[in-house]
Amino acid sequence: MKQRKVLDQDEINRALRRIAHEVVERNKGVSEVVLIGIRTGGEGIARRLAGLLSEMESRPVPVGFMDITLYRDDIFHQKTHPVVHSTTIEFPVEDKTVVLVDDVLFTGRTVRAALDAVVDLGRPRRIQLAVLIDRGHRELPIRADFVGRNIPTNRSDQVEVHVNPAPADDDSVVLKEGD
Amino acid sequence: MERKLKIKSLLDLDSLDRDGITHILDTAAGMKEINERAIKKVPTLKGRTQINLFFEPSTRTRTSFEIAGKRLSADVLNFSPSSSSLTKGETTIDTVKNLEAMAPDIIVVRHKSAGAAEMISRHTPVPVINAGDGAHAHPTQGLLDLFAVRDRLGKIEGLNVTIVGDIANSRVARSNIIGFSTMGAKVTVCGPPPLIPAGMDALGVRVSHNLDEAIEGADVVMMLRIQLERGAGGRFPSSREYSVRYGLNARRAEKMKPGAVIMHPGPINRGVEISPEVADGDRSIILYQVEVGVAVRMALLYLLCGGGDEVTA
Repeated sequence: MKQRKVLDQDEINRALRRIAHEVVERNKGVSEVVLIGIRTGGEGIARRLAGLLSEMESRPVPVGFMDITLYRDDIFHQKTHPVVHSTTIEFPVEDKTVVLVDDVLFTGRTVRAALDAVVDLGRPRRIQLAVLIDRGHRELPIRADFVGRNIPTNRSDQVEVHVNPAPADDDSVVLKEGD
Repeated sequence: MERKLKIKSLLDLDSLDRDGITHILDTAAGMKEINERAIKKVPTLKGRTQINLFFEPSTRTRTSFEIAGKRLSADVLNFSPSSSSLTKGETTIDTVKNLEAMAPDIIVVRHKSAGAAEMISRHTPVPVINAGDGAHAHPTQGLLDLFAVRDRLGKIEGLNVTIVGDIANSRVARSNIIGFSTMGAKVTVCGPPPLIPAGMDALGVRVSHNLDEAIEGADVVMMLRIQLERGAGGRFPSSREYSVRYGLNARRAEKMKPGAVIMHPGPINRGVEISPEVADGDRSIILYQVEVGVAVRMALLYLLCGGGDEVTA
């Protein structure tokens, strides 16, 4: 299987920094912004963004994590039952600007499930989407507000994202070509 | 990460190994948060039908299963034999076959006869959850007790668990003995000799007839009700004497190990096996058991619903 690194540690850092700036610019600060990372791929990225935003704006930005397994529309279409993780969101989303964070935007089904999951927690003022990688092949009318990098892929390719909660040497995005 | 639960139906805890039980408890941990939300519902089992087939009275278990199903968005039907054709002479299997023809996705069974859930599961491709069959097994109670202990004490392995009371008639005792032993706890049973069945040592269980000694060093003390409806009343002189020798009162509870917890599967007979101040005291996690029961049953409905011969997780 052919594979190549599409983002290295420095490139990931720069992409996250740019996304953080865009979030601040779009929302005129972060006073109403809360981050929700989608488990498990969005966890590390959400933590990194929360750190960057807090540093830039000198105020803490709440970050929570959401498991969307129970909201998936393909839950019984797969051979394996996905493992359920817990959702830990310790702040109200009512009237906030929720920035959903995930690693890869692909078919859009995860994001659709996440939208359902967020509105079950309350009524945010608005929901935005930040992803490190947009690889195309959408099956639903969903787009990201903040994108780290657009990567053209084939449907059968795999994009493997490894982003630690704090910058580390093994942060990487690898594209593995399918058949 | 893929984890498998290789059972079609949950009939007892004998058929689960440590990995299987851990997987169910981990899944329940993910479900627990839903019960703490303002909107306690997720769409997971939308369009699935759950039939609660209760041939024996139950409030806690049936309500818990009904709430669990509804919080996962399943359509939940409660079937009670008194209002059914069973009173017109239909057999249990025929009743099940007729219900099966209406395409349910999971059947929850409570029956007064041991083995009833297993028999029903054998006659239908639909997954079956045993919600208590005679004095045989009550696996969901066993699992929720394991969950409550793991959550409160941080682990199960290595703990000393003492189960007190009518062991002979108790399906809860049986499932807990197996569940706690599988997870690496050391189990002691305590009660008057006529209420302790033979062969406990074959299960690796220590037997005691002295409550003061049996609760010494225990991390978990689980009190059981005397099942008068199963004829336990004829096996000891009086409830008053039972209460003196085997009842958990404040004096005994004070001597328990620091941090130890008191459990009871309910229904409680206050003043018989447990005194009111102990049942409502600091060590009691009796209502917490009921609370986490919903999450554990949600986990089982999720893991067993929509599966074939082999459910993978």
